[in-house]
Amino acid sequence: MITTALTDLYHGFGVALEPHNLMWCFLGVLIGNMVGVLPGMGPLATISILLPLTFGIKPVGAILMLAGVMYGAQYGGAICSILLNLPCHPPHAVTCLDGYPMTKQGRGGVALGVTVFASFVGASWGITEMIFLSPILVKVALQFGPAEICSLMLLGLLAGSTLARGSPIKGVAMTVLGLMLGIVGSDIETGAERFTFGLTELDDGIELVALALGLFGIAEFMNSVNQQAEINTKYTNIRLRDMRPKKEDIKRSIFPMLRGTIVGSLCALIPGTGPTIASFVAYATEKKVSKTPELFGTGMIEGVVCPETSTHSSVQGDFIPTMSLGIPGDAVMALLLGALMIQGIVPGPQLISQHPDIFWGLVASFWIGNILLVLLNIPLIGLWVKLLTIPYRFLYPSAMFFVCIGVYAANNDFFQVGETLVIGFLGYILLRLGFHPAPILLGFVLGPRFEENFRRAMLISRGDILVFVERPISAVFIAMCVILIVGQLYFRLKPGKKKDTPGDRVEQPLAAE
Amino acid sequence: MSASSEPGQKLVLSRLVRKRDFYAGGLMILFGLIMALKGPTYNLGTLMHMGPGFLPTALGVILIGLGVAIAATAIPVPEGEDEDLLTAEPQWFAWACILASPLAFILFGAIGGLAPATWACVFVASLGDRSATWKGCFILATVITVFGVSLFHFVLQIPMPVFKWSGL
Repeated sequence: MITTALTDLYHGFGVALEPHNLMWCFLGVLIGNMVGVLPGMGPLATISILLPLTFGIKPVGAILMLAGVMYGAQYGGAICSILLNLPCHPPHAVTCLDGYPMTKQGRGGVALGVTVFASFVGASWGITEMIFLSPILVKVALQFGPAEICSLMLLGLLAGSTLARGSPIKGVAMTVLGLMLGIVGSDIETGAERFTFGLTELDDGIELVALALGLFGIAEFMNSVNQQAEINTKYTNIRLRDMRPKKEDIKRSIFPMLRGTIVGSLCALIPGTGPTIASFVAYATEKKVSKTPELFGTGMIEGVVCPETSTHSSVQGDFIPTMSLGIPGDAVMALLLGALMIQGIVPGPQLISQHPDIFWGLVASFWIGNILLVLLNIPLIGLWVKLLTIPYRFLYPSAMFFVCIGVYAANNDFFQVGETLVIGFLGYILLRLGFHPAPILLGFVLGPRFEENFRRAMLISRGDILVFVERPISAVFIAMCVILIVGQLYFRLKPGKKKDTPGDRVEQPLAAE
Repeated sequence: MSASSEPGQKLVLSRLVRKRDFYAGGLMILFGLIMALKGPTYNLGTLMHMGPGFLPTALGVILIGLGVAIAATAIPVPEGEDEDLLTAEPQWFAWACILASPLAFILFGAIGGLAPATWACVFVASLGDRSATWKGCFILATVITVFGVSLFHFVLQIPMPVFKWSGL
């Protein structure tokens, strides 16, 4: 098992090192890093803008690049939160707590230097996990019938919507809405047109790019226009030599790094708990383990290293269920999965055996991309810091153009631009009403496959709904769903102790991702 | 919804109309109703042979239930909390600019081509910022147009003419 995985990985490196694939990977991490630094632009919007532009390139190159944007943004986001105290991206919100005080003490460079290294360690572990766990998961998942797939999807959807940020019940409502939007268009089996309201353009369903750019582009810009705090550039003068950590810093970071890695990789295994949760859990763990918990928040290097490592370890680990089961854990993964589907690749357990070049090429590109990111981040830190000062008033109009042209390029059709506009407007209303739109994407991507498998399961069982609890594996998934719901209800209804978590404290100033 | 007496109920209602969650739940109920009422027209089928209307109807009913639950969470919230339906300073003009920007793109794209569409799209969007000046927006729009046309037309070769005139 291990040897086959290693041989496959070797081939993966062959794929990822092909010049054009290497170029896409480099471009991806470069753009990702840039976007991560820019306050006000998220990886979701960026991936959606780039998505239509990847239709022309081969699936391997496309997915390497889009994935590169995603983990590249994780590196960039740390810069923004440590130097500016701006949690541009949710996973980095806790990094601000100790990162910014370090900056104020003039040790921002050290924090950044250690973070880059910690990120690499976390990511490396996440990738290793992916190499060895994915084939095992696939082996199990290949035995699944429609009933198992259905209940697994249900678990994935429930976890993705209730464990993410915000109110769980609103999350579930968004998932249902997403499933609904996935249904729009012609029915696969009967060809009946559903919810098209007479618009022939909607026969093929709502465009993934239009949905993503409406929700994470237009709605997001409406949410943050003229809401930007004055950017404080007092501390952003960082040079390469400021980044070198002292011996003591290294000594203090080793164990937090290992703990962060473990927390992150465990969080990655629970569907629905993305990097944001991993970073919060890691910070809380570190504080508990520390001999001086009272010093957290005053610029402890442990409080920077541990969450950053766990974020990266969980980001890479999130690819495991996405690639091996076809069940995305969060909106970014859903988008990447959607990108694969647009390229004509069916996600699911058969993906690794049918398209080994994609899976192993992707794994290999993670190593390459992460090494590239370390190389990009250390010598070029001065350049990234300069990007921080780009004002929002230049950023969002340019981004609006990229949104429009991106959606247009998907089908060369102005109708899609209008569709994006409508979705964006509705998305903003949902944002204002306290909904997080991310689960919509999750439901949207899984919707058609969920319906297909549900129908098949019902057909096989002759209309017996109990099939989901009668088959053992499926029953386990359903039981986990029940535990999840009951657990959520329990924690909701239990009074007190709610305001205490770091999550609630940092969550307020965050724009919805 | 088990308020004890008549005046009590009235108080709950007058408080509810200012709550965000009340509208959030209401919107979900509305979406759910659309699905649940329109779903059956697509043929429900049986549980064994599900028709195209089955899942939409089921999802609609679930969404109505969730909507009621969300709206109900607004009841115990005391006065003054969770009432920020709009942001502290509503940005009506900026919102309108952002929404008008894709419209400008469609309009100018359909009659004038890529360059006018880009320019109009960026220009309109940039007007929405608090500190925007005519000159600043003009320069930004021009820069992005030059950059955008060279990237998307010449490098990525999006099939959209740079300039054209197809009348009004």
